[in-house]
Amino acid sequence: MKSLSIFISLFLGFVVGAVVLYASNINFLEAYKVMFMGAFSKPQYLSYIILRATPLILTGLSVLFAFRTGLFNIGAEGQFVIGAITSVIIGYKLTLPFYLHIPTVIIFSMLAAGIWGGIAGFIKAKYGVHEVISTIMLNWIALYFSNYLVMSDFLHRPDTETTEFIQPSASLSLFENFKNSESGMLFLEQHDFIRDFLRPPVNAGIFFALISAFVVYFILNKTTFGFKLKATGFNFFAAMHAGINTNLKMFQSLFISGSLSGLGGALHVMGVSKNVAVLAQFEGYGFDGIAVSLIGSNSPLGAVLSGFFLSGLKYSGQKIQSVLEAPSEVISIMIGAIILFIGIQKLLDEKLEKFFSSKKMDQ
Amino acid sequence: MLANDLIFIFSTTLMYATPLIFVALGGVVCEKSGVINIGLEGLMTFGAFMASLIAIKTQNPFLGLLGGGLFAMALSFFHGLFSLKFKANQVVSGMAINFLGGGLSIFLCRLFFEGTSMTPPLDLELKIPTFLGQYLTVYLAIFSTIFLTLFFYKTHWGLRLISGGENPKALESSGVNQLKYKFFGVLMSGFLSGLGGASLSIAIVSNFRPTLISGQGFIALSAVIFGKWTPHGAFIACLFFGLTQSLVVYLGGMENPILSSQILSMIPYIFTLFVLIFFMGKTSAPSALSEIE
Repeated sequence: MKSLSIFISLFLGFVVGAVVLYASNINFLEAYKVMFMGAFSKPQYLSYIILRATPLILTGLSVLFAFRTGLFNIGAEGQFVIGAITSVIIGYKLTLPFYLHIPTVIIFSMLAAGIWGGIAGFIKAKYGVHEVISTIMLNWIALYFSNYLVMSDFLHRPDTETTEFIQPSASLSLFENFKNSESGMLFLEQHDFIRDFLRPPVNAGIFFALISAFVVYFILNKTTFGFKLKATGFNFFAAMHAGINTNLKMFQSLFISGSLSGLGGALHVMGVSKNVAVLAQFEGYGFDGIAVSLIGSNSPLGAVLSGFFLSGLKYSGQKIQSVLEAPSEVISIMIGAIILFIGIQKLLDEKLEKFFSSKKMDQ
Repeated sequence: MLANDLIFIFSTTLMYATPLIFVALGGVVCEKSGVINIGLEGLMTFGAFMASLIAIKTQNPFLGLLGGGLFAMALSFFHGLFSLKFKANQVVSGMAINFLGGGLSIFLCRLFFEGTSMTPPLDLELKIPTFLGQYLTVYLAIFSTIFLTLFFYKTHWGLRLISGGENPKALESSGVNQLKYKFFGVLMSGFLSGLGGASLSIAIVSNFRPTLISGQGFIALSAVIFGKWTPHGAFIACLFFGLTQSLVVYLGGMENPILSSQILSMIPYIFTLFVLIFFMGKTSAPSALSEIE
């Protein structure tokens, strides 16, 4: 029943989108057709959606992990930024064989972003500063700190507003050599589907995202450690009296949460952008992570599915702008509406149950 | 020379603080009534856009200001409806408001202004006028703070609204419909956030653009906590944010800046964190925050 009410929420989101488009004199059937075709009609589109789902799934998992342990991490944005800039530092400055370089970059990025998140947990535990306010502050600090590093002699690429590129040994791109080799090109010429699928910057990021989802599931549901984290979140004083070191748990929870966002940032750099640019404002990965977590009902599997869903929605939504000149921001409105309906799931569930039980009585 | 510098810092402080004051006051009313509102950012954005749109269409900045407030209030109605009537988690529905507010603003902007995401700039004389060198919205923000303080501690409505956030059951048992007060709190937060957005888009700058608000609603949210959920506390917190920002502008504008602008920009937030850590003590949120019954 629960998954049914989620689908109803998604459906209602599309209804709201249709109403908004209709009210603006835009043919919503046409718009949805453009979106559908823009998501599924070419292998390349699917490939893009998978690529773009990677950071969303990870920030989603990050927010989810904090939520499940009773904390609200608005700081995924800043932790993502810290992960990204750390991956550039390690990826550009170190020279290692790829099988050492990739894990080193990932470990350091997760560590740095974990500490960034952990700061909020620490000052909440030690000084009682609410994590919402401290993570908001840390987001801004991360943004400017990253900008500072990008423009410093240490990383700056002359005449640009970006850093140098990471070494090829730290890259997660797949089939890059194959795509440029003679035999590869010959092969791709004969295989339209694969050629089209490989056209975007395909990379191994999504596998890391899926593994992370499993790890999060495992920690939360199958370990004593996860149980203690959740206990601290559910009932702080009960957990404390049961002998759980609640202060430490708060730090650990936001540390893990931060490291997940940081991994998202690192994977984005290693797989897609290969460097980091000066940011005029937040890119919204953390914000979207909150949406992913909420739409996925705070479960790791849900976060993976809703990460793909949101990625598809955002990617295909851009196309109504160019094809129909319909504002693509209708996507944000739909996401907002979906979250609203997800918020009243309990009510939807009750209504559904009543509906089905009355049907049974009729028979 | 020094006097000029001080006046510069003083007026830039007020300029940065004003939009935040409105929004933070909105946050205070809402949370005092016992409803969490993390949708301030979206409400502020929507208010900023609607104010700009209405000011352009009616050629009257005051109608723009009022319209910005009222339309943001209309958006906040959904927060009230879903979280109070349908019992949605207040954090969830607040987050939805952020997506709706941001999305609606740019969506409508593209519809009204031929696909662009910015409104055309207002003529100088069509912006909110100034008095003694400050925009009228600055005085309105100060007035709102005083008004809200009086409202909370000197009126029946205000006291009941606060009790709704502290002990809703007690309020109910004295025969008062606490949901009415909570709804009022939510709508007020919408109105005030809208004014906050408007005080940016039709006073401080002359148009709306997608990056206009970028996070200020969240700064206002932290001012609510920083100010310990009181109007004067939030007011002071916003002035503090404004002051740090204006010092950044002042120091960055010096002939030989001591620090790079990126490092300077970090300072307000680092400073805020330290103030929170060393001077705040335990926070004092309304005790029944986010409880409906």
